[in-house]
Amino acid sequence: MTASRADVCAAAIADAFADDGEIFASPMGLLPMLGVRLCRLTQNPDLVISDGESVFLANPPPLFAKGDVVEGWIPFRRVFDVVAYGKRHVMMGATQVDKHGNQNISAIGDFARPERQLLGSRGAPGNTVNNRTSYWVPRHSPRVFVQKVDVVSGVGPRLAKAAGRGASRYNDIHRIVSDLAVFDVLGPGDTLRLLSVHPGVTLDEVREASGCDIHVDPDGAIPESRLPTAEELVLINEVLDPKGLRFKEVPNP
Amino acid sequence: MTKGPRDKRMTVDEVVATLEDGITLGIGGWGPRRKPMALVRAIFRSDLKDLTLVSWGGADVGLLVRAGKVKKLVYAFVSLDSVPLEPNFQKARQEGTIPEVVELDEGMFQTGLRAAAQRLPFLPMRAGLGSDVLVNNPWIKTVTSPYEDGQTLVAVPALKLDVALVHLNRADQHGNATYLGPDPYFDDLFCMAAERAYVSCEEVVDTAGLTVDAPVQRLLISRMMVDGVVETPNGAHFTTCTPDYERDEKFQRAYAAAAGGTDEEWTAFADRFLSGDEAAYQAAVADFADEEAAT
Repeated sequence: MTASRADVCAAAIADAFADDGEIFASPMGLLPMLGVRLCRLTQNPDLVISDGESVFLANPPPLFAKGDVVEGWIPFRRVFDVVAYGKRHVMMGATQVDKHGNQNISAIGDFARPERQLLGSRGAPGNTVNNRTSYWVPRHSPRVFVQKVDVVSGVGPRLAKAAGRGASRYNDIHRIVSDLAVFDVLGPGDTLRLLSVHPGVTLDEVREASGCDIHVDPDGAIPESRLPTAEELVLINEVLDPKGLRFKEVPNP
Repeated sequence: MTKGPRDKRMTVDEVVATLEDGITLGIGGWGPRRKPMALVRAIFRSDLKDLTLVSWGGADVGLLVRAGKVKKLVYAFVSLDSVPLEPNFQKARQEGTIPEVVELDEGMFQTGLRAAAQRLPFLPMRAGLGSDVLVNNPWIKTVTSPYEDGQTLVAVPALKLDVALVHLNRADQHGNATYLGPDPYFDDLFCMAAERAYVSCEEVVDTAGLTVDAPVQRLLISRMMVDGVVETPNGAHFTTCTPDYERDEKFQRAYAAAAGGTDEEWTAFADRFLSGDEAAYQAAVADFADEEAAT
């Protein structure tokens, strides 16, 4: 079984949750859901997962299938409780993410009269100052990776520090996974740092597809994102996504 | 002869007749879920104006901004879920037709309603710090902990409401009401944050009937929070009202296409579905469902 780009992304997302321990993993979107369920079945069996609506599921079902055993109740009001409690790692989408790891899902252009109104900031301001937060970008482009987001929905480490300890104490922007590469925000001055490029992608391609500076540690070659294991490929192909829904989000290059 | 609590049953139009221009209106539910749409539709066709709307928004926000009813919108998101961006809301924002907007984090919303429900001016919270919520709403202040940690937190202002509108699965004539779906959302907080609250429901039943097939923990709303009860079967359409019905995705697609289409397309949709009373709406929806089933 050969790994597709989508499979590589799923494995990278799974890795982002591998060291989280027994916390609530909240994936927003298809690939994050796949990656979290993969992680729950392999690297971190203690992860707490939900149906994305109102219940914790004891066993990870295939994408968009119902779970068989329910192990808890998580209506929206209790999601807010868990955000404040802190035992949560959310992977959100990002219409824009900037070099300081700020995220925008609110509006493009001037907030007062946007060129394009998006969802609204949803829970991003609260997530990013309370619990571990990662982002998933299915189509890496200069319009997504920008120098400065138009609206700060999700707060990066620099702005969190500037807002004081109340904001920075639990600010933890963990990973940004795109269809090309994986980043954290541990570059100089709290900036995006390239951690790995997906197999078949070059550093130049990542730079061309980014509208902001990307820090690369100077000590050598950029590692390739790992390939999924044989076990992971079986789980993805035969258990979690037998219909191949992931290819709609990340087609093979 | 003994006395009992009063009968608060009203019609949709009687509820809307109690509303006034310029009031702050909280609408329960969540996005495209269990919204008091029959009441929203009645406001849509009323003469009400200059409303301040407080909502985890879905088509309730879309309809009322399209009708030009909204002077100020307090929201954290407006979405139809399966149609991520609400076209009427998006259009209104991009054309600048909502005079004032307050975009909050969705958890701040709960905290603001809770502050209002507890008659407090604010409650502290981390959410908002460092984000543009505080930049775009400079009237929202921070507060410093008086204890030794000395942290700066957001003083989330109370979201005080004049009127709350919520939709539950079952209610009695006095205003006790129960949800039968998976999530209470925040309907109790909306009612407690408001000076007056109106509950619409799928069915009015005897008080004893509320706990015949549902555990007492589902009795979210107490009559002491409620001023009026309206029986509006299918009244949350086209949002979910689980387990009575799920979201009408076909109808939602038709709504979204019209809302995002030309003015003529919207006018045709509004003429067909929104120009008459609630009975006319439900009849038009039934015809629509028959047409969809035939194709």
